Amino acid sequence: MVSSARFPSPTETWNAFKIIAIQGYGNGKLYQHVLQSVVLVTLGFLVSSSLGILLGILMGANKKIEAFVNPIFLTLRPIPPLAWIPLAIVWLGLGNSAKIMVIYVAAFVPAVINTFTGVRSIEVPQKEAAAMLGIGRLAYYREVLIPGALPMIFTGLRLSLQASWTTLVAAELVGATLGLGSILNQAAQDINPAMILVGMMSVAISGWLMTQLIAKAERYAMPWRT
Amino acid sequence: MAKLDRLNQGEYILWTGLGFTSFIGFWYLSDALGLVPKQFLPAPHEVVLKFIHLMNEPFSGYTLLAHIASSFQRFLYGFILAVLIGVPLGLLMALSKFANQLITPFFESIRFVAPIAWVPFAALWFGTGIGGPVLVIFMGAFPPVLINTYRGAIHVDKKYLEAAKMLGAGRFRLMTEVLFPAAIPSVIAGLRISAGLGWQSLVGAELIVASSGVGYMMVKGQASIQTDIVMSGMIAIGLIGLIIDILLRQAEKLAVHYKEA
Repeated sequence: MVSSARFPSPTETWNAFKIIAIQGYGNGKLYQHVLQSVVLVTLGFLVSSSLGILLGILMGANKKIEAFVNPIFLTLRPIPPLAWIPLAIVWLGLGNSAKIMVIYVAAFVPAVINTFTGVRSIEVPQKEAAAMLGIGRLAYYREVLIPGALPMIFTGLRLSLQASWTTLVAAELVGATLGLGSILNQAAQDINPAMILVGMMSVAISGWLMTQLIAKAERYAMPWRT
Repeated sequence: MAKLDRLNQGEYILWTGLGFTSFIGFWYLSDALGLVPKQFLPAPHEVVLKFIHLMNEPFSGYTLLAHIASSFQRFLYGFILAVLIGVPLGLLMALSKFANQLITPFFESIRFVAPIAWVPFAALWFGTGIGGPVLVIFMGAFPPVLINTYRGAIHVDKKYLEAAKMLGAGRFRLMTEVLFPAAIPSVIAGLRISAGLGWQSLVGAELIVASSGVGYMMVKGQASIQTDIVMSGMIAIGLIGLIIDILLRQAEKLAVHYKEA
């Protein structure tokens, strides 16, 4: 019904999987592609979202910082992370550094916004009670602001991870020698639908596994919520 | 001692102004000091001038307005397709357990594929003109529409459904006259998310497969290392994304009124 030049059969897909897993395809074997993408995303995501959470907490705690950062933020926010890819390539070339830059951009914004919203959603009486009881500055952050914002922080982390994953795959599609996006790119050029499907499935499964990890971390960090 | 800080309006404006000036100032400064070559970081006003210039002067085949028009057309097609398929499917899933169990596993497995990963198949199946990018936008815009319609419709008070059934409404009328009106606020909230994702997927698709559009213009600018063109493209994409979001937010407000009325 559908020609195999357009959509691969399960057998073809399985064969393509064996080829990429055992012999390699497009500069590397499957595990090398997966490792390349996952390591880049993990590193970029961890650094960028920690900075984002820090900024979000500061913005939420201090109105001056909020007022200072907001205009910069509002200017840059409507630009989707994918639109930074050409700029990253102009600035940093086709190597890893350009990819790290777009992952930074993608992961940063959701982390800041959600952390900020989380801190702001803590009810004023709670803050006032802490202040009245003479809480120290450090303890105020550690025991009031951060735990109160934690649910939103994790929402932000999940969005951050998703955004950085999508952005990395797109950046690899535009130009890369190794990584899951580069499998897709190579397979598209070779008009190899079975390999395209294998690439898509690898993207989906890796992304899904990373989301599961965050969900685990969330349960670990907030044992009071089940 | 943690103090609860408050800012009066004057102070707020002061700090906001300070933030914006230091952003622009830093940009100019790194230019003036020659920290970055001009080719890679043009001054802010040069980017704005280029943006205006591109309105009249064609680059890679079209003027900026024509690029925007062709991007926006693709976006509309993909978005409307997502609404036309997502809304009825969501209602159907809310109404029929069988449809729900049939569609959910299929949908869940597709949802985890990043929309951008559809680009190779999109190009293979539908080409690089309109069809390919439209598929990618559809893949980005479709899940939020479906999910929000379903969630909105499933929370309809059972009493209404039972009353309508008792009065002899068929499945079709249950969907169009009970579930759909009740789900409208949730649907529109979903539309906002899906428009954002769709617009973003469009940019991605145009970076990779397209022969016109803002994303294509940016790739061409990138290839010839014209940073001002790349940045003009970013501005255009940001502005249009913002306009789409504002329009849908307006619609959201209307929908909330409608629910309260």
